[in-house]
Amino acid sequence: MAFSNEQLERYSRHIILQEVGVKGQKKLMDAKVLIIGAGGLGAPAALYLAAAGVGTIGIADADEVDLSNLQRQVIHSTPDVGKAKVLSAKESMNAINPEVTVNVYREFVNASNITDLIAGYDFVIDGTDNFPAKFLINDACVLSKKPFSHAGIIRFKGQLMTYVPGQGPCYRCVFREPPPPEAVPTCRQAGVIGAIGGIIGSLQAMETVKYIIGKGDLLTGYLLTYDALKMDFRKIKLPDVKNCAVCGENPSILQPFDYEQVACKL
Amino acid sequence: MKLTVAGNAKEYANGLTVAQLIELEKVETPQYVTVSINDEFVESGVFANTSLKDGDNVEFLYFMGGGR
Ligand SMILES: [Zn+2]
Repeated sequence: MAFSNEQLERYSRHIILQEVGVKGQKKLMDAKVLIIGAGGLGAPAALYLAAAGVGTIGIADADEVDLSNLQRQVIHSTPDVGKAKVLSAKESMNAINPEVTVNVYREFVNASNITDLIAGYDFVIDGTDNFPAKFLINDACVLSKKPFSHAGIIRFKGQLMTYVPGQGPCYRCVFREPPPPEAVPTCRQAGVIGAIGGIIGSLQAMETVKYIIGKGDLLTGYLLTYDALKMDFRKIKLPDVKNCAVCGENPSILQPFDYEQVACKL
Repeated sequence: MKLTVAGNAKEYANGLTVAQLIELEKVETPQYVTVSINDEFVESGVFANTSLKDGDNVEFLYFMGGGR
């Protein structure tokens, strides 16, 4: 496929990069990325990946845009309040880049739909806001051998890690089981600075781009943590775990399952 | 003895256990923190009887559940 003049201009800052070039841009345009959660993390990730020309982007979220979302979810605007988040997100993404195919899934992911949902994508971004969803995404991606980016944010802090099958620990290797409901505060209870979502969600987009173009070192085997108040980024090496319940040598989790879902409407 | 805790090298009392370090460092939600020593995870059940040694590198990994 030859690039049109418009595409050469739109992606010129990519194409001029030695690590991207025409080949890398073609890989981005052929790539399919699923973003689960169109909120604080998903918003910047979706905007940057659409702008980058990722050919197909799926976005899953069951909620509508709420006024309290706009402090951080920069993909939605004030007139979008009340609109389905996935539709609002699609409009913003296609306004930036009409070439991108945006598939919308106006539903919460659960054990019965996640395997089919992720099957059509090359890479998954976890932009969810609760532990049951984060463990579900991890398990489903491990079981389907699907690379994904995990992230979490709260207050002035954020963290992320990248899972690629066979290249390091999964989220469950590190965190084992979700904490009991309410044991660890959520953003709604504890608050979050909007820009944290911008920083961590953009890092998720960066990992996605690197995975697609096949350049650089991914955050596999590491947890990157960010503390905005201390302005401190740390890359913590993660041990290898042989007895992980889902990715270990004798796994006990053989298919995705749902933990009791704690309502977390933001 | 000298320990590196979350990237910071500091002096600590000899014989300090993981449980005591968690208390000393005022770790948030201490019952749900994941701990690694020299790139090995430590089971939470043995925090109280795992003593740290000079030169150990300790990391605390926290649950962070927000995102939307
Ligand atoms: Zn694992």
